[in-house]
Amino acid sequence: MGLMEDYHPLKGKMFQILKPDGTLQPGLKLPIDDKETLALYQKMAFIRLADQRGLLLQRQGRFGTYAPIWGQEACQVGSGYVLQKGDWVFPAFREIGITLMMGIALKNFMLYWMGNEIGSRAPEGVNMMPVSIPVGTHIPQAVGTAWAAKLKGDKIVTAAYFGDGATSKGDFHEALNFAGVFKTPTIFFCQNNQFAISVPRSRQTASATIAQKAIAYGFDGIQVDGNDLFAVITATKEAVDKARSGGGPTLIEGVTFRFGPHTTADDPTKYRTEKEIDPWKPLDPLVRLRFYLKGRGLWSEEFEQRITEEAQKEIDQAVKDAEAVPSPTPDEIFTSVFAVMTPQLKEQWEYLKSTLA
Amino acid sequence: MAKLNMVEAINLGLREEMERDDRIVILGEDVGREGGVFRVTDGLQQKFGEDRVVDTPLEELGIVGVAFGMAVYGIRPIAEIQFEGFLYPCLDQINNHIGRIRTRSRGRFTCPLVIRVPYGGGIHAPEHHSDSPEAILAHIPGIKVVIPSTPYEAKGLLLSSIRDPDPVIFMEPKRIYRAIREEVPEGDYTIPLGKARLVQEGKDVTVVAWGAMVREVLNATEQLKGDKIDLEVIDLRTISPMDVETIITSIRKTGRGVIVHEAPRTCGLAAEIIAQINEKALLSLQAPVERVTGFDIPVPLMKTEHYYLPNPKRIVMAVKKVMSF
Repeated sequence: MGLMEDYHPLKGKMFQILKPDGTLQPGLKLPIDDKETLALYQKMAFIRLADQRGLLLQRQGRFGTYAPIWGQEACQVGSGYVLQKGDWVFPAFREIGITLMMGIALKNFMLYWMGNEIGSRAPEGVNMMPVSIPVGTHIPQAVGTAWAAKLKGDKIVTAAYFGDGATSKGDFHEALNFAGVFKTPTIFFCQNNQFAISVPRSRQTASATIAQKAIAYGFDGIQVDGNDLFAVITATKEAVDKARSGGGPTLIEGVTFRFGPHTTADDPTKYRTEKEIDPWKPLDPLVRLRFYLKGRGLWSEEFEQRITEEAQKEIDQAVKDAEAVPSPTPDEIFTSVFAVMTPQLKEQWEYLKSTLA
Repeated sequence: MAKLNMVEAINLGLREEMERDDRIVILGEDVGREGGVFRVTDGLQQKFGEDRVVDTPLEELGIVGVAFGMAVYGIRPIAEIQFEGFLYPCLDQINNHIGRIRTRSRGRFTCPLVIRVPYGGGIHAPEHHSDSPEAILAHIPGIKVVIPSTPYEAKGLLLSSIRDPDPVIFMEPKRIYRAIREEVPEGDYTIPLGKARLVQEGKDVTVVAWGAMVREVLNATEQLKGDKIDLEVIDLRTISPMDVETIITSIRKTGRGVIVHEAPRTCGLAAEIIAQINEKALLSLQAPVERVTGFDIPVPLMKTEHYYLPNPKRIVMAVKKVMSF
């Protein structure tokens, strides 16, 4: 019996390896060793701090509206750990975690939220698409890229990241349907963080799980504890290996929680209470990993303090570097639309130029 | 040289270009085994195989979203949307991603895809099979919109559209899919995008049209010869980016203009053309520019469709009106 059969969504069992108290479910194999676990913990801690800095920068007017990852770190770090160079990622807009896992510098990530398109220009060889704001519209695109790779015989996979809200959109259904028919090497990673702005998960679908929607489209779905780094890595690896060897797509539902607001323009106190949030605090992905590492003698207060200081320094530098990048010049907004500027754009740029003189 | 209709000309263009460029993949509903409901892709799957001419599930948004994903990967997809009435779910992908990806990634990702879609009325079609959405598309930044008016034009413009590094919506006027037959060369020839065609020179009135309306204008031209009115006829070819220069040069010569489109009147492309004439050649005008257009109504079913579509009689009336100033 494989992982997908054991945790077939209609069996109603969520896949978990690491319990909230930091101990392990019996009989399950760890996907990574201590050294890697410590490194990924540090990565998750860094991401949380960088994300918090994003919230602060917005309040200071130095970031535009920002969508924080707070609480979903294990989903993105765990799945990102499995992807390989050459794979493609199609993010939604809450994806600082997977962005950094793909090797994009924090400085570049910040440039986008500071309002400079250059931040969406992934380095050559890093196949990370710009964010997708219209919810779910990137999901069929991930299928298209995966299918193109399959037609060309390239052994890459694509991963689309989206929330529970996106699974209500037609785009999601059209994408999964297409992927099932053409057996594309696509990982559909749903971060079920329980909220689409103010609308709770229970309002998005009457399905018991999101994972089971894959069954309707003819392929595997699995619901994992999205706050359990080990389970996320294991499930993603299974899905990615399968996809890369021609086995087609998988829908992974990571059950997690959005501790922060939808964006910095949102006030969650209007629609949820502390009492509703409290049960999720002990399930925090960093908290349980810390318990686990402490239990193995790998975590201490001194360690935490050291990595926090290092992180803040690195984040400070990224902010400094990003803010030192000059704004795009006004001609850029015209020259970058087409390969060759059209007469209309030339004329409009000349007009703008005349108003700036 | 073979005389082909527009369906055959586009079919020939697709076949030759797919031979030339093995990155091209055609996808859409019924394009493969059936060869397209209008037979435009007839025989292509037999020749190039199921991996290059693909019958997709029934999902227009998905087709175009998937095509986008293929394009950024390096494939040259040609997505067919079966009728313009079904294009609207795709506007999300077109506006929000296809037209934006080059600029928002500062060139890191680009989208050289073509969306082919039959459009326009006059075939006594079911509902939702007769619209002309070119003005909606022209208003979207980052894409190009092309409309051929003859078989020869169709192949040349199609090849340019496929080779363009940016996204092109190729709208095929279904009313004249089979109505015109003319010599269409085999082999490589292109007609540049962004350049209008001077169909015939004339000294009295500039008439601008595109798609199936060009033929209506030429019919009007015949009727007006008796009145000794000499029309200069411009076939726009590329809706966006429009060849404004050709229109202005003509208006400066004739001083009188008539624009013809079957799309609804309000905010139709004639309004944009007249705005351009206003900016660049107002003082050359001898009369206000006239528009002969569809109405702000859904295209009616066949019993009353003929009231909707611009016809040579209305074009003649408009020409005589501008001549009366």
